[in-house]
Amino acid sequence: MMDLVLDVLSWVCLLGGAIFLLIGAIGVLRFPDFYTRLHAVSICDTLGAGLVLVGLMLQGGLSLVTVKLLLIFYFMIFTGPTAVHALAEAALQSKLKPLVDDREP
Amino acid sequence: MEHLIDIVLLGLLMITGFAIVRMRSLLAVAMLTSIYSLLSASLFVVLDAVDVALTEAAIGAGISTILILATVALTSDEEKAPRHTPLLPLVVVIATGAALIYGTLDMPHYGDPTAPVHRHVAPTYLHDTPGEIGVPNVVTSVLASYRGYDTLGEVTVIFTAGIGVLALLGYRTRRRNSQGPGNRKLVVLRVIAKLFFPLILLFALYVLFHGDYGPGGGFQAGVIFATGFILYALAFGLGNAQRIIPHQLLRIMAAVGVLIYAAVGIESMLLGGKFLEYRVLADDPVTGQHLGIMLIELGVGITVVAVMLIIYYGFVSRLHSGDM
Amino acid sequence: MFTTVSIVILIAIAVGLVRAFRGPTLYDRVLAANMIGTLTVLMVAVLGFMTGRPEFLDIALVYVLISFVSTIAVLRVVALRTGSTGAGKK
Repeated sequence: MMDLVLDVLSWVCLLGGAIFLLIGAIGVLRFPDFYTRLHAVSICDTLGAGLVLVGLMLQGGLSLVTVKLLLIFYFMIFTGPTAVHALAEAALQSKLKPLVDDREP
Repeated sequence: MEHLIDIVLLGLLMITGFAIVRMRSLLAVAMLTSIYSLLSASLFVVLDAVDVALTEAAIGAGISTILILATVALTSDEEKAPRHTPLLPLVVVIATGAALIYGTLDMPHYGDPTAPVHRHVAPTYLHDTPGEIGVPNVVTSVLASYRGYDTLGEVTVIFTAGIGVLALLGYRTRRRNSQGPGNRKLVVLRVIAKLFFPLILLFALYVLFHGDYGPGGGFQAGVIFATGFILYALAFGLGNAQRIIPHQLLRIMAAVGVLIYAAVGIESMLLGGKFLEYRVLADDPVTGQHLGIMLIELGVGITVVAVMLIIYYGFVSRLHSGDM
Repeated sequence: MFTTVSIVILIAIAVGLVRAFRGPTLYDRVLAANMIGTLTVLMVAVLGFMTGRPEFLDIALVYVLISFVSTIAVLRVVALRTGSTGAGKK
């Protein structure tokens, strides 16, 4: 019984994570400006990655595999936003203008 | 169902390769090359070749991209337009390609168990590894023990590449402590680099010594170790990286690695066996094999770290600002 | 079910590749490359579970670190090129 609950929970997490990754990718394709695309990727990617890894952890149970997945999650949480920050910093420094909405209200 | 993943990955590889050829901006080409390496590493994962995938990940997507970027930083950003028509090269390529494909029609089917390559020494290695060497990873046992002489040649080739870069590029010592453009801007990167630097080095040591039981080994571990130092150099500047691991030390390390490898071989000769026969290194033949494999992987790792960093220092020290 | 997840991740990689080819500025391409790196890490982890070989997680760990370092390297080269002036690079 507990096995079945864990299984279903892990499938839900995995599918949810995959859908978020796909949403993030579609966002990168369709958003109008670089900074908005950056926003889409950084948020959806980290969330989707977290969900997928949690789903895999539930599949793995208490073992070395789960520890490694935790390490991957830990690395991703730190390196993902840092890379995106560095990217935004570099774009700003080279005077890439964000798309502003300056229509009359 | 795995065939579908294979086909999609191969299709993506083809598209990426085509885009690499067509693009003019060399920085974009460098990023696409890194994507290409990642995709081919995924392909290796699907093909169940774990060691090769790890090596492709560490080298292709990491060090190779960084060195290509350093080269682009030293030269120009745009590819110059070609000055000749590609008609004759196209004809030559098509003719040669057709001849090669015609030649492969005679080869045995992919994965055929009666193919000569699967009947000759492969079954012997698979059969004898648990008894003679006692490590679960057959790739390591073949690379380090059965074909140890080949691996000595590979390490020497890497060492020669390091010597070649040293002879051509040298190293310009920078006396000033270059901090890089705008210290304030690099705060986040520096904190994260300081956090991850020991983790990367520790992970490299894990890959090195766990290579007997999982994917890994000397080459991959050396590359990951060098990547940690490169991260530090990117965040803090080449001057500070030079203070941690000076160029003199790198030159000594490169030679010491090859020396350890050859010394193991000579030691086994002195103890009564043949060159690189590990089983005479200890009382128990299996322990001797383990000891021999561990020592030569260490030697390979040291040389690879040193040569990668020599090449990186050689490129980056030639940039006008002194760091990247 | 693992296959479904890996197919979805592959579709996301393909979409990211479109942005990598099209992206008008260089930063779009770097963004796409970073995204594809993260997606590949996840796909390798899922593939490892699919084929029942947990050794693949070592590969995923290596990718996470390596893709981070190579993204930072690209950005430092671009910062070197543009200095503090210059419009968005192609």
